[in-house]
Amino acid sequence: MVGIKELCKRPELFSSGHRACAGCGEALAVRQILLAAPQPVVAVMPTGCLEIFSSIYPHSAWQVPTIHTAFETSASTASGVEAALRFRKKMGRLQEEINLIAFGGDGGTYDIGFQALSGAMERRHKFLYICTDNEGYMNTGIQRSSATPYGASTTTSPAGDLIPGKTQHRKDIVEIMIAHDVAYAGQTTVALWRDLMTKVEKALAAPGPSFLNVLVPCPLGWGYRPGETIRISQLAADTCFWPIYEFADGRYKINYTPKEKLPVEEFLKTQGRFSHLFGAEGGRAIVAELQRYVDAKWSLLQKKQEALCTP
Amino acid sequence: MILAKTGNEALALAMKHINPDVVAAYPITPSTEIVQIFSTYVADGAVDSEFVAVESEHSAMAACIGAAASGCRTMTATASQGLALMHEMLFIAGGLRLPIVMSVASRALSSPLNIHGDHSDSLASRDSGWLQFFCETVQEGYDTLIQAVKIAERASLPAICAIDGFILSHCLERIETFEEKDVRDWLGPYRASYDLLDLKKPILVGPATLQDYYYEFKRGQIEGMNRALPVIEEVQAEFRKRFGRGYDVVEEYRTEDAEAVLFLMGSACGTVREAVDALRLAGKKVGMVKLRVYRPWPHQLLKPLLQRFKAVGVLDRADTVSSWGGHLFTELSSTLYDAPQRPKLLSYVYGLGGKEFTPEDAAGIFAEVLSGSKPEMVTYVGVRS
Repeated sequence: MVGIKELCKRPELFSSGHRACAGCGEALAVRQILLAAPQPVVAVMPTGCLEIFSSIYPHSAWQVPTIHTAFETSASTASGVEAALRFRKKMGRLQEEINLIAFGGDGGTYDIGFQALSGAMERRHKFLYICTDNEGYMNTGIQRSSATPYGASTTTSPAGDLIPGKTQHRKDIVEIMIAHDVAYAGQTTVALWRDLMTKVEKALAAPGPSFLNVLVPCPLGWGYRPGETIRISQLAADTCFWPIYEFADGRYKINYTPKEKLPVEEFLKTQGRFSHLFGAEGGRAIVAELQRYVDAKWSLLQKKQEALCTP
Repeated sequence: MILAKTGNEALALAMKHINPDVVAAYPITPSTEIVQIFSTYVADGAVDSEFVAVESEHSAMAACIGAAASGCRTMTATASQGLALMHEMLFIAGGLRLPIVMSVASRALSSPLNIHGDHSDSLASRDSGWLQFFCETVQEGYDTLIQAVKIAERASLPAICAIDGFILSHCLERIETFEEKDVRDWLGPYRASYDLLDLKKPILVGPATLQDYYYEFKRGQIEGMNRALPVIEEVQAEFRKRFGRGYDVVEEYRTEDAEAVLFLMGSACGTVREAVDALRLAGKKVGMVKLRVYRPWPHQLLKPLLQRFKAVGVLDRADTVSSWGGHLFTELSSTLYDAPQRPKLLSYVYGLGGKEFTPEDAAGIFAEVLSGSKPEMVTYVGVRS
């Protein structure tokens, strides 16, 4: 694992001057990921916030070769790039060992690009797919995705007089990726930068396709002040709302256990998207259901950690 | 070598001779066999290609784009619903100026579901920035696919090589193929106009462009299509010189003194040839103009050529569902609008969903075209009312 002293010496591969909002969790994550990844790296990105804030022609924040095609096509485009890598290696038309990283937001990963991702993992293309998960379609204006948590108010699951925000729990994408027998899968968040960077290194070293889900708070979409991104990201880990764990070689491993597991409410009350749950009638029940869900998932994860889950 | 091959077998064989770097494809009737046969070449080590059996046509084209941008000669094959599912990605391949070459076994679009041949699929993709070639025979399919690779790469545009579904894709024909080595030598190694994997020169492929640059990118792409016609003619000449046979962008059959001609694309040209021969025996001055290249639209060639005739029957194997006929009719009407001498244009739609089109149908059309008039604006040949 890389130390902070060495990190300071590494060149910035995701340069400053891009157009992300102040406090953007995704921009922080991409910068840390590119710093962590052994070079050379080639990146694939989808249409979305990342592409819009980093690559408006004639500017680019990317100091590594990068391709963008469409919204739902990070995994499928990466499949083609990876096939090209294999072909060129085989034919002696490429000498370097390139690390291929495909980025996707939660919309492009859990929803519209889900089939392409599943196909790419099943075909075992060797690349690292990273979902920068901000729990909704933020680029188009904060719509609900299948990553949006229960109870959250978005512009297409608005908290109204009758319906109190999103009425379903999120999809467990990491479990779905583990079910694809990926070589490495992990979940983390930007506040735990060292964990994130270690996971990038491990994922790229794994002998096959790998997947990382990174929670990236979004000030605009979640409704908080830009300076709070890291604190909220940390609270997601400390409440176990966002378990920090990995899966490799048939074993689950929890990488971060909070010293004191905080009530999920501590995370929820920092954000505008959950504000309707506090004070309004019925809100307590939704918070209670979220707590039950978080506890159940955490407890299940602890049990999984004890078992060997290999085919 | 002289062989008996179906259209699909011939296109698969052409792919073997081409030996593309990467092929990403998904099965769909009636083009399935092309990649199915090609995958046996991969399994037997007869080609160097990496074959990616993707989970959808959308992913097929996305993977082709990724591979082509990464410095690889890239091919695929599809039809109908598959081409429709690719639609979004077709525009991206075109906009990125990637010379991906795709076989299409032309098939009707649902609904209602139909697996048989017509031109609805490729023609619905006409504005996506792809070169489009339509073939009359299996032989032409084999030859055109090989040519398309060179044309696409020289023009920096993707290309569709279309054979009529079932009518050609599943029709056994005597074809003459080339030596594999000769095809590979003629094509030469792939030289990408840009390369994502060039680490010495990191690039960003597919940036966001707003009001200040998008239009300029598009204008460049349009210019690429404008310049494609001479590239096609150049490659056709090179092909003819190397292999001793060849094709033109627009081909004429018995038009020397013709008064009435039919204008069309694809396998029905063979049917029309037969009708022309029979009518010529009866002393009728009829002929045929066959369009091989639909994109770029060769208006420079069509305008002077078609002015020579009194009347032109335009046969479309697809309809625009606009009440104004098919694609060829509407585009030819525009092309001839300001011609000094305008022939009478008569619009016919035929053969949708693989509906049989016979020499008798063609003879009936010729009778109307020779008379210079018909009752309806658009005639739907052979349809039951």
